[in-house]
Amino acid sequence: MKRWLVPGLPFVALALAPLYLGSYHLTLAGRFLSLGILAMGIVMVWGQGGVLPLGQGVFFGLGGYALAMHMKLVSLPAGELPDFMQWNGVEALPLWWKPFTSAGLALAAVILVPAVAALVLAWLVFRRRMTSVYIALITQALALAFSTLLISQQGTTGGFNGLTNFDTLFGASLGDDRTRVWLHLATVALAALAYGFARLLGATQAGRLVTAVRDGENRVRFLGYSPAPYKILVFVVAGVFAGLAGALHTLHLGLISPAMVGVVPSIEMVVWVAVGGRASLYGALVGALLVNLAKDSISSAWPDAWLYIMGLVFILVVVATPRGLAGVVETVAARLGRARKPASGAEPVAAEVTSHG
Amino acid sequence: MSSFALALGQLFDGLSLASILLLAALGLSLSFGLMRVINMAHGEFLMAGGFLMYVAHQWVPGAGVALGLPLAFAGSALLGALLERVLIRRLYGRPLDTLLATWGVSLVLQQLARDQFGSTGVEVTAPPWLADSFAIESGPLAGLAFAHVRIFIIGLAGIVLCGMVLLFNRTRAGLYIRAVNQHRGMASALGVDTRRVDLLVFALGSGIAGLAGGALALIAPVTSTVGQSYVVDAFLVVILGGMGTLRGTAIAALLIGVASAVAETFTSISFAKVILLLFVVAFLQFRPRGLVATRSRALEDA
Repeated sequence: MKRWLVPGLPFVALALAPLYLGSYHLTLAGRFLSLGILAMGIVMVWGQGGVLPLGQGVFFGLGGYALAMHMKLVSLPAGELPDFMQWNGVEALPLWWKPFTSAGLALAAVILVPAVAALVLAWLVFRRRMTSVYIALITQALALAFSTLLISQQGTTGGFNGLTNFDTLFGASLGDDRTRVWLHLATVALAALAYGFARLLGATQAGRLVTAVRDGENRVRFLGYSPAPYKILVFVVAGVFAGLAGALHTLHLGLISPAMVGVVPSIEMVVWVAVGGRASLYGALVGALLVNLAKDSISSAWPDAWLYIMGLVFILVVVATPRGLAGVVETVAARLGRARKPASGAEPVAAEVTSHG
Repeated sequence: MSSFALALGQLFDGLSLASILLLAALGLSLSFGLMRVINMAHGEFLMAGGFLMYVAHQWVPGAGVALGLPLAFAGSALLGALLERVLIRRLYGRPLDTLLATWGVSLVLQQLARDQFGSTGVEVTAPPWLADSFAIESGPLAGLAFAHVRIFIIGLAGIVLCGMVLLFNRTRAGLYIRAVNQHRGMASALGVDTRRVDLLVFALGSGIAGLAGGALALIAPVTSTVGQSYVVDAFLVVILGGMGTLRGTAIAALLIGVASAVAETFTSISFAKVILLLFVVAFLQFRPRGLVATRSRALEDA
């Protein structure tokens, strides 16, 4: 019970945030928490699975665009086309926009589209024992292709500006304070669910095999397992997490654009996890919150300084503390534990995370 | 213009793109093959080369290319050597971490360039003998034009490639490089200073990227993001060719350069990018290690 109580408490505290946070910070908290869901997906693939995904922005975008398309259509008077389609001379709603008039289908798409995309990609790259370096670079190229495609198809995707100017979800106004509170609660609940799911999955045989594959793929193979299905499984879960995060983030921000799904944002997502701790679900959540909070405050005060700071922080984290904040906390906790109980024979050993390709 | 001439023109454009890609990808491929380092800041060496070309033009208005290219090479090589010494050396054996750390470096370098040269970028006017083009006015190929500057870039890439082949196969340094590439531990045991070989190869690869940047400056304005726009394509070249092989990288650069030029005639640039990526992923289904895979009996390698 205690194992679930301690990690559960911060979620309870977050759920109570509407009581002690102003509306600006509440929105920030909701946004960053949704990003934390995505970060936990990266932990499963990277920290626990040893495969660095550099294209999570793609799945984030798929989820975000799916919901934004629905809201865009709902906000229109009957029979009218979205503004950017009219500007670009698109005369009829494209076929692939049609399903998104239905709220149910759009919600299903938020989960299913990223899941299917992740499944296809994972199947292609894991089936043929591609090395993790190749996979990192291929997913990165995918992020580049996805964002260029979105920008170039201005008439049907909103191009560089993305999708914005929508304000209702299921009939509730997004600007309304009550809606915001509900949205916040839903985000906290989904983040908690995602955390619980990831932890349970990590404890199953499949989850343990994924970690075993990270530490010695060939040994796992010699034991008679095929690593591919397990890697595909976590990759798809991470894709769904990213899609969910994209949808929630779109709701909080009221905007989704190619600038959030390309190469640079996709690497930034990995930065959050590296800072928080690549092998720790909690670390990733904290990393996503902290890095984005820092970005928000620093980049508004000194826009030019942000890239320097992020670059340097990143170099330092990778060189000095590969296990991120979670690693620092674990080391300190282990030291304290040792100091308190010098006589104890069984010393707490921090889980050793070896980083490798 | 006949369709044959048009196709020839596209082929020429593809060849010039392939040359830039080759110059950009050589360093990446070598440093990966030798040190298992994925250098995300490699694009910024290209950018640095472009800016150095600009600086050379500012200093000596007349002697642009003759001064600019060596400066671009030397400056980027120095930058690369510095990066290897200060950062990358600490991360050997952790390829994915080198990727992340060097990405941090790339952010910092980009912002430095933006602060120094502005966000709109700078332009270099190509000298008169490069600004011209070689046009065919009559006959079946009428209307076809070969810009001198593109011919120059293709020639430059050819010379660099030949130089690398000679260096690898005919010099002692090349022998050491090949030895370390084949078996680091054994080479080290036989007295090869592997750290120095690493430094040399990394600096050389960075310098070549600088050359690419210097050459690019003659065609297009140099901006702080020029490196980023080439580095992803350069990585595609590297994984298609197979990491750490000269031959594979050269063939892959040619394939990708020509294929994207051809694809762009049929569809938009962005669709061409998607098609190219699909092609590379599909190809890797058949040869997961790229066109020219380094043969090894080791079970585990990166």
